[in-house]
Amino acid sequence: MTALVQRLEGPSPAAQVALDMVKRGLPLVPVGMVIGAIFAGFNGAMSVTYAMMLVLVNLVLSAALLGWAAKISFAAVASAALGGYVLRLGLIFAAVWIVKDMSWVAMVPLGITLIVTHLGLLVWELRHVSASMAHPGLKPRTPRSAPRPVAAGRR
Amino acid sequence: MSVLASTAAQAIEFAAEAELNADDAKATAGASSAGFAYGLAAIGPGIGIGYLVGQAVQAMARQPESAGQVQTTMFLGIAFTEALALIGFVVFILLKFA
Repeated sequence: MTALVQRLEGPSPAAQVALDMVKRGLPLVPVGMVIGAIFAGFNGAMSVTYAMMLVLVNLVLSAALLGWAAKISFAAVASAALGGYVLRLGLIFAAVWIVKDMSWVAMVPLGITLIVTHLGLLVWELRHVSASMAHPGLKPRTPRSAPRPVAAGRR
Repeated sequence: MSVLASTAAQAIEFAAEAELNADDAKATAGASSAGFAYGLAAIGPGIGIGYLVGQAVQAMARQPESAGQVQTTMFLGIAFTEALALIGFVVFILLKFA
C-alpha cells in the first residue's frame, strides 16, 4: 500500500546516471564515426553516428520516464518501467524503419553499434556506480546546493 | 517440331514461375522468422524488467531512505536487461533488411 503513495523527491538518480552516460558517450561519437568510416566508408560512419545517438536518446528517455514517475509514486515507477520498455522498443523500431531505405544506411554497422554502445556505456557506468557505492569517498562531489533524493509521502 | 518448341517454352515458363514462387516463399519465411525472433527476444526482457522493477519498488517501499541507491541500480538493471531485447532487434534488422 505504501508503494502507492510514496514518491521520490529531489533530483532523480536515474537521470543523473543517464546524463553521466551521455557525457561519457558524446566524446565517443567521433571515435565511432572514424571506426565506422574505416570499416564501411561514409555509410558506415553515418550509420554508427545514428546508432550511437539512438542509444543515448534511448537512455535519456528511459531515465526521464523513470524520474517523472518517481515523483508521482513508486507504483508509477513500475508502470513507467514496463510501459516505457514497450514504448522505447517501438520508438527504436520506428527510428530504424524510417531510415532503412536511405542511401547512407548500412545495417550491419548500425546493428553492431547499437549493441556495443549500449553495453559498453552500461559496463563503464556500472563500474563507476559500483565503485562509488563500495567506496563512497570515490563518489563525485555534488554541489552543496543540490538537494539529495529523499522518499516522501509515507503514511 | 513446333510441338516440341511449345512444350519447351511451357517448361521454361513453368520453371520460371516455380522459381518466383520459391523466392516468394523464401521471402515470406524470412519475414516471419525475423518477426518471431524479435517477438520472442522481447518476452524474456519483459519478464525480467517486470520482476526487477517489482523487487526494486518493494525495496524502496520497505527502506525509503535507500530509495536513491535502489533507483540507481534499478535503472542500470533495466538497461542491462533491455540489452537482450536490443540484441533480438539487431538480429531482426539483420534478417529483414541486411
